[in-house]
Amino acid sequence: MKEFGYQRVHDVSGAVAVLGADPDARFLGGGTNLVDLMKTGVERPARLVDVRELPLDRIEPTRDGGLSVGATVTNSDLAVHPEVRRRYPALTQAVLAGASGQLRNMATVGGNLLQRTRCGYFADVTKPCNKRVPGSGCPAVEGEHHNHAILGVSEHCVATHPSDMAVALTAFDAVVSYETADGPGELPLADFYLPVGDTPHLETALPAGALITGVTLPPAPVAARSRYRKVRERASYAFAIGSIAAALDVRDGLVREVRLAFGAVASRPWRARTAEGVLTGAPADTVTFAAAADAELAAAKPLPHNAYKVTLMRNLVVAVLTELAEETAR
Amino acid sequence: MTAPTAHRSSVGTAHTRVEGRDKVTGAARYAGEIPFAELAHGWLVLSTIACGRIRSVHTAAVLAMPGVLTVLHHENAPRVDSGHVGVLGVPPDPTAVLFQHDRVPHLGWPVALVVAETSEQAREAAEALVVDYEKEPHDIAFPGERPDAHPVDGHVPAVTEKGDLEAELAASAAVVDVEYTTPEEHHNPMEPHAATARWDGGRLDVFDSNQGSTWVADGLVKLFSLDPASVRVRSEHVGGGFGSKGVRAHQVAAVMAATALQRPVRVVMTRRQMFSLAGYRSPTTQRVRLGADADGRLRALEHDCLNLTSTVYDFVEPGAAVARALYDADAHRTANHVVRLDVPTPTWMRAPGEAPGSFALEAALDELAEKAGIDPIELRVRNEPERGPVSGLPFSDHHLPACFREGARRFGWAERDPRPGLRREGRWLLGTGTAAASFPAGAAPSTAAVTAEADGTFTVRIAASDIGTGARTALTLIAADALRTEPERVRVRIGDSDFGPAFLAGGSMGTRTWGWAVMAAAGELRERLVAEAAVPPEGITVRSDTTQAVAALAQKERHAFGAQFAEVAVDVTTGEVRVRRMLGIFAAGRIVNPLTARGQLVGGMTWGISMALHEEAVRDQVTGGHYGADLAGYHVATHADVPHIEADWLDEATDADDPVGIKGIGEIGIVGAAAAIANAVWHATGVRHRQLPIRPDRVLTAGPHA
Repeated sequence: MKEFGYQRVHDVSGAVAVLGADPDARFLGGGTNLVDLMKTGVERPARLVDVRELPLDRIEPTRDGGLSVGATVTNSDLAVHPEVRRRYPALTQAVLAGASGQLRNMATVGGNLLQRTRCGYFADVTKPCNKRVPGSGCPAVEGEHHNHAILGVSEHCVATHPSDMAVALTAFDAVVSYETADGPGELPLADFYLPVGDTPHLETALPAGALITGVTLPPAPVAARSRYRKVRERASYAFAIGSIAAALDVRDGLVREVRLAFGAVASRPWRARTAEGVLTGAPADTVTFAAAADAELAAAKPLPHNAYKVTLMRNLVVAVLTELAEETAR
Repeated sequence: MTAPTAHRSSVGTAHTRVEGRDKVTGAARYAGEIPFAELAHGWLVLSTIACGRIRSVHTAAVLAMPGVLTVLHHENAPRVDSGHVGVLGVPPDPTAVLFQHDRVPHLGWPVALVVAETSEQAREAAEALVVDYEKEPHDIAFPGERPDAHPVDGHVPAVTEKGDLEAELAASAAVVDVEYTTPEEHHNPMEPHAATARWDGGRLDVFDSNQGSTWVADGLVKLFSLDPASVRVRSEHVGGGFGSKGVRAHQVAAVMAATALQRPVRVVMTRRQMFSLAGYRSPTTQRVRLGADADGRLRALEHDCLNLTSTVYDFVEPGAAVARALYDADAHRTANHVVRLDVPTPTWMRAPGEAPGSFALEAALDELAEKAGIDPIELRVRNEPERGPVSGLPFSDHHLPACFREGARRFGWAERDPRPGLRREGRWLLGTGTAAASFPAGAAPSTAAVTAEADGTFTVRIAASDIGTGARTALTLIAADALRTEPERVRVRIGDSDFGPAFLAGGSMGTRTWGWAVMAAAGELRERLVAEAAVPPEGITVRSDTTQAVAALAQKERHAFGAQFAEVAVDVTTGEVRVRRMLGIFAAGRIVNPLTARGQLVGGMTWGISMALHEEAVRDQVTGGHYGADLAGYHVATHADVPHIEADWLDEATDADDPVGIKGIGEIGIVGAAAAIANAVWHATGVRHRQLPIRPDRVLTAGPHA
């Protein structure tokens, strides 16, 4: 393991200044992913800048009725916050579906968004990986890919984004705030992750050296009736093989508003806007739900061993929207 | 002297682990954490190709790195003797015969050891070491048609056969001919393999985590051509082994480096290294053919098991052997074949043979029950053999039907509708399944020493190994009874090769084997104490050696038996399978410590859940190495996957011929467990899953009905 420096920062401008002066430094949040990657040699920072004591640990209502969540809020604190549970229940469910209690106590909101794929080729420095070593190749396409992406894929990378939390945030149009040496900025989560294309090593639109300071959830009354459902290969402590965040508002049997995002099917949380388009204004029944899923998944490009994900996601859309519709009817 | 009238039996009463407090407070030291002055740290470098030769090892750059002391590899390591036969009657696995040539037979083959002042320096240098290879094409394709497969005798014969199989199949009213597969599975004990070696006053002193100090000491003596009296191996606490902790690369590397540097050297495997250095369970492809009369009596039974091994060592996973104890048939054939591939050598892993073999055989029995329209339990009871189906020997006892009767009563089997796919609860389809379990009750020679101390306490010394089973506590209870005293007056010291030869913790033979030696020495000591007026200050020690007694044991089929039950819930729209409850009823002789025995059985059944639904090591065809070789990539059951599991046993009368009356319980808990779950999945969904693990994608793509 490479020797590294460690430094704690106490204000945002100081944190940004340290990273600006040292391109081999990395921000350290909960360390639940970065430290693992350092042990296996995937990440080899010269210095860790610990941001956990920055004053970014608050969850506060915004003036327009949304919520502002600081970057160093732990996953555990986010999940149990009463306003999160009341206004965005799928976000609580998503966070609690991830990792383990111990990890959620450590992991931060900002770190969760920036966690790296759990593709086994990416995590193994003895194997090629375009995301880790650009141009070295992607063995997953020919090799093991039964839990790889089916949407938005390229021949250069079929890795998935592992976050559950980010799937719910994507469904609720969250906006990421950040700070750079040149001042603050904002990115809608929908634009935060870059398309894979031929540059899978470039993962986010965050400017170099930027520090995520928080996430803002805009007001979304529809989110009060929302659900996160995660399918995984064991009951706990596993990444999704498919997940869905959904919110549904039905009036007079017709879909008035719907939010739909998929996890574990793409290099980023996948907002299912095509499906939302089919659903909006249509009858809230299983025929529509299935048609919406099919419309979204028409773009899927599965590999031989992950084609089941198309069926899985279709089934999940129908099952979760049906449950939400039945609740609305009650 | 303790008055005989004051004694109450300790065997059979629940007793917490005698070292439990040390373990939960951290006072118990494991091999990788015992402090030594001047300790240096070795880090193994493993090959990144699956087949070929080492062209060069570029040591110069690494030797210049901070703290690096030496780099051992095939050009400078000491020569060792690999031609010997170890205590188990087999030659050493070449994976542990380090740095003797330039050949690379699999990915993850040890090619060098970097030794440095700190573990971190050693690791950084090891990862920086450049090794050039001459790469050759590799073959790791399994399964498939393998005409190059050959029969291998392992700890049991490769092939047994009697009768005319084709004729009996043709005459059968119901026939099943099915293929099952199980994946590559790994032991993954909590504690990684770790050893520290040092030369101390002319003796080689090794602190290790292993399943048998005698085993490892013998291996090191023979590899390094040392005087047996000059090697001492200690292994006081072991955080799990499951078959993987024998003579392995870490001890050999530590001895080589300690010899070269003349200072203590520690070598610890990483989790990823364990995937290629610690052995594993071979994947299997099994074909089972069963033919039965209309009343369910078996006319034909054939079980063929194909597995893989490395190109350097023939190890066989004898999956077909389980039928040799469980069921007879007019025509009976069992065969184990292996194919040599460019992969690491597999090894014994909890219930070797029985675990994968019972999945295929017991799932096939369930399919036969369905075809013949007979209750699965009734089918097994009707086929209870009178004598060993292959050996012809009498059984010491055969309480499988009794296990099924008791299990069926407790599980509520009588109310079960045998038709599949009928029960629904919300999104879940529910089903139940059952399977038989058996495991041989063997014994091996061991020595023990028991000392009556002058203060009225007793000390037992035996080179036994407590790999987490509770063996130390079990031996305390056994010794207390044999000495007619309380367990609090007995101190059991284990895990030290200086205590004299003892068998290893394996084959579910430990407690039976060591208990025998302890009982023999303690019994004789008690007689001596009756004759002696007083115990002298140095105490009175009696040694035992059970070699002759074990050899004199009447030849019989001796086995533990069990009946496994499972209830599962399956969501066919997502492919999720969840076990709701399990029940195992076992007949395993005298149960020494009900507390730790239940832990062993429930642990085995939990591993059965893991085997049925989760465990699978994936090999990347392109590189020949593993994909996701860590505990994030290799799934084992989590707490949330393990529902209510109940394990219990019958009070089994002791066979009059057997002086110990103890059978092993370390392995039988996993036997049949995966089959019971797979059979329950069929009962829930109507679909047979013959490929483990029963993953969501497999359930999803199998459709609602096959």
